[in-house]
Amino acid sequence: MLKKISNIGDCGITCDFGDEVNKNTNKEVIKLFNFIQDSVNKSKIKGILNYTPSYNKLIINFELGQIKSNEIIEFIKSSDYSKINLPENNKIVEIPICYDEEFALDIKRLEQKTKLNFKEIVSKHLETNFFVYMIGFVPGQPFLGDLSESLYHDRLDTPRIRINKGSVGIVEKFCTIYTFESPGGWNIIGRTPFELFNINKTNTSILSPGDTVKFKSISKKEFTLFKNE
Amino acid sequence: MNNYFKVLRPGINSTFQDLGRFGLQHLGIVASGCMDQLSFCNSNKLVDNKISEGALEFAYQGPLLEMNGENALVAISGKVNFNLIKKNGEIIKGKSNESFQISNGDKIDILSTINSVYGYFSIFGGFKIEEVKGSVSTLVKAKIGPNNGNKLKIDDKIFFRKSHQTNKLKKIEFDFDKDNVIRVMKGLQVHYFSKNSQDDFFSKEYKVTKLTDRMGMRLEGVKLENTVNKNIKSEGITKGSIQVPGDGQPIILLSDHPTIGGYPKIANVITADYDKLVQKTPGTIIKFKLVNLAVAENAFQDYVRKF
Repeated sequence: MLKKISNIGDCGITCDFGDEVNKNTNKEVIKLFNFIQDSVNKSKIKGILNYTPSYNKLIINFELGQIKSNEIIEFIKSSDYSKINLPENNKIVEIPICYDEEFALDIKRLEQKTKLNFKEIVSKHLETNFFVYMIGFVPGQPFLGDLSESLYHDRLDTPRIRINKGSVGIVEKFCTIYTFESPGGWNIIGRTPFELFNINKTNTSILSPGDTVKFKSISKKEFTLFKNE
Repeated sequence: MNNYFKVLRPGINSTFQDLGRFGLQHLGIVASGCMDQLSFCNSNKLVDNKISEGALEFAYQGPLLEMNGENALVAISGKVNFNLIKKNGEIIKGKSNESFQISNGDKIDILSTINSVYGYFSIFGGFKIEEVKGSVSTLVKAKIGPNNGNKLKIDDKIFFRKSHQTNKLKKIEFDFDKDNVIRVMKGLQVHYFSKNSQDDFFSKEYKVTKLTDRMGMRLEGVKLENTVNKNIKSEGITKGSIQVPGDGQPIILLSDHPTIGGYPKIANVITADYDKLVQKTPGTIIKFKLVNLAVAENAFQDYVRKF
């Protein structure tokens, strides 16, 4: 449930759904996100520049010359968005992953922490239906959950300076896919050749908040031969 | 006939920008756009473009460009030291915030910004650059925008639209705010910091460091003590948010900021003072002044009158 709306500076507001990070809270966030996006697309509200859902919050940015925060807050409070059902366009996406040792940089660290062997870790990762909580940090990077509790681990103490594009990492109950080469502190368990983000395509990001992701194991050879459509 | 500028020297960080790319932050795409909106709009006004027309933004040292084609009306805004080098070798000292004519074979040598960071170069009719998702802003980190999302590099050709001749030269009286006080509102996690640290932040001096670019501005000053948690659940980020990582030194998130982040935010820069902030060079000592929403909204009214 929407608990609180606060200002962020003079051209942003945050809609806070409470401290819990779980699918139910996030589904509430996405419901409001869908409502705002729809209202913007149908010109029911002016001046909104961006709307960014995260685990438990929706942040809305607006153009101060067009609209003020109290008008947006009023718009949200006076609408019955919670009664609107989530659109059925949330999809299930299968993402190929290669767990070859060349890519699974932190498998030893995970084996030690979880007391599971490589095979067990992989099968626990593969059997999870991941929910897309949010997308961001850099373009197209998804934050997925929830991982099997037996795989929980902390971030690396010293983040890597460079993580290759396509690397799949886990931390606590979350899993992410690096869509750009970047620094990072997640435990890397594999890599996907699948291009999740391409600015030149109409459908820029394959994943949207609220989608479901299922990983599919591929060999090193399949990884090399994989072609993005 | 093709009209273009040849890049003889690209400058430090020269990119095409407009007012930003919006409606995509939920997919991880930050708005980007010009750093200093007033200077950007001025460069377009000087050449009679619509104020949102794409312009070339440069930082510190700008490019050296050689013009090929028909005469054109151009302008450079901000506070910029530049020369117009005529085809015959004559060097004319440039004046920023005044439009001027250039002819085939002339060169524009943008030497440096003066006590400021960003300047803008506009041409009457606009540059021939492609929009990506509704904007010509460049996000170099993700290779999004015209010029394949890259900064200018040597030997690039910047094409511009064929425009009707005009002799309507314009001038704008312009100077940057000299003071170094940046007005801010309380951030979402201001209560994560001890009372003393809050008092420090809103009263003591902070130095702009060299670790400053279009993404963020790292500051150096009194260390801020976090008494709650050094991390928060990652949440959406707004331009001008001031986050404080574990080392207690604030970072102001600027136009190319990450779209979400997990550090607590002590304050947010008000819209009216953003342009002033981004023009502060490394080494500048700044101070933050706490204001409320009503003051920020009034300040914005004063700010838009400058456009």
